[in-house]
Amino acid sequence: MEKPDISRKRLAEAIAFWIFRLLSLGVMGILFSILGFILYKGIHVVNWDFITKMPEDGMTKGGIYPAIIGTLCLISGSMLFAFPIGVMSGIYINEYTKDSWYRRFVQLMTANLAGIPSIVFGLFGMSLFVNKLGFGDSIIAGSLTLGLLALPVIIRTTEEALKSVDEGYRHASLALGATKLQTIRRVTLPVALPNIITGFILSIGRVSGETAPILFTVAAYFLPKLPSSMHDQVMALPYHLYVISTSGTNINESRGMAYGTAVVLILIVLILNLIANAVRRYLGKKYKTN
Amino acid sequence: MRFVDTLAKSTKQIKHQNMFKIESKDVHLHYGAFHALKGINMSIEKNTVTALIGPSGCGKSTFLRLFNRMNDLIDDVRIEGKCLIDGKDIYSKEVKIDDLRKRVGMVFQKPNPFPKTIFENVAYGLRVNGISHKSFIEERVERSLKQAALWDEVKDKLKKSAMALSGGQQQRLCIARALAIEPSVLLMDEPASALDPISTAKIEELIYELKNDFTIIIVTHNMQQAGRISDTTAFFYLGELVEVDSTKKIFTNPNDTRTQNYITGRFG
Repeated sequence: MEKPDISRKRLAEAIAFWIFRLLSLGVMGILFSILGFILYKGIHVVNWDFITKMPEDGMTKGGIYPAIIGTLCLISGSMLFAFPIGVMSGIYINEYTKDSWYRRFVQLMTANLAGIPSIVFGLFGMSLFVNKLGFGDSIIAGSLTLGLLALPVIIRTTEEALKSVDEGYRHASLALGATKLQTIRRVTLPVALPNIITGFILSIGRVSGETAPILFTVAAYFLPKLPSSMHDQVMALPYHLYVISTSGTNINESRGMAYGTAVVLILIVLILNLIANAVRRYLGKKYKTN
Repeated sequence: MRFVDTLAKSTKQIKHQNMFKIESKDVHLHYGAFHALKGINMSIEKNTVTALIGPSGCGKSTFLRLFNRMNDLIDDVRIEGKCLIDGKDIYSKEVKIDDLRKRVGMVFQKPNPFPKTIFENVAYGLRVNGISHKSFIEERVERSLKQAALWDEVKDKLKKSAMALSGGQQQRLCIARALAIEPSVLLMDEPASALDPISTAKIEELIYELKNDFTIIIVTHNMQQAGRISDTTAFFYLGELVEVDSTKKIFTNPNDTRTQNYITGRFG
């Protein structure tokens, strides 16, 4: 019998391991260099005044308070719209449709929705919400547009979360005389909730950074006051960043402001993620399945 | 004449009710193109334990699941024939499936308590059936846990997660959960196959006790278990009911050679 070449096998194993390790470290490196660069350039701008004051002097001085509030309005507005609808669609697809061409068709369409460029959502939002439904440039039009963008992510993660719930729970519940709806409400959904919240986190990240969908539906170039209702326009962080980096009154003067805005945007997303993660952990502990 | 006919019919029904708790009449079941049950006729008396035995894939679990209509959950299932509980066709249109399942409890192969507290697990069936009276639920939870011989082990930690219990305790919890809604029939699908010998012995003892209040059908792969706990044993093979008789007869002097071969371990 031929002697097996163990050393070669080991070498291949070691090489593969190091390639995988280096590549994943590389990805982390990219992330940290972006964060580091933005922080290095922008952190000295960020102070209490910066996040609580109105912009001044053609947006080269003062703060970005209205843009922060605007972005928070848009995040909550879009989630208020997209989260319940997305979760209910996910429930419908996974719990109520059978594995058939119909389910696959709905899934395909959801996936297609996710593939549409965000500028197209912007144009769609403008023609439907702003013009056709007459909302005008407003928080509601912007939130709905951003919500549409977030829907596929929420639907998909809800579906996956429900799919990973042990079938044994459903059977146990049904066998005790529970209806399908009771089973979903009392067992399936609570168990799936931590994973559904992952989708929520992902979509907050996506929504808060989008510029194209709000361009024609809500974002104001310069509006040094806070919105008083859903029908007002607002400034928003990503758009503000775009404006002061490309078409502000004095781009060089506002460079620091731009990096500061980026820092604040990243921090907001980070903080929201941390909160959502804490909720996720809490629920995961409450409905621990092993 | 017609009157006499009806009368005869109704007395026949009454007689049936008195005699048999559960009946299946020429039941055929297809999963798509697969003929899983081939004309099963069986009658089960009240307050007895019936063991269903046979090699994997013989249809015994499918047969068990007929009686709480769990087969309905599977796509592309076709059922013909009649399944009666207390003389009533459980597949007729008037029967609401959740009402049926309230009367026919089930314990699964793998212990599957909900990721809730021990108390809430047992209370679940009551809550989904619209009972919210606190002291009633508390009483019923305690009684069910006692019936399932679990009370002494969990009475101080009812608010703890059921997931912290051992496998054997979890399975007894699942039995308590099924008992809480007071079914009259209990279906058990290999309830001890995932458990250690001590837990298995406890479950078997429990089944023996429960016979007084429930009619039990149990699927098992364990011949000794069938011999120990059941009054009647039914041997399934390739979707057919080969033989059903008193457990003693099946294990000492079966009529069919296939039964003989199976219980003596020649195949399966």
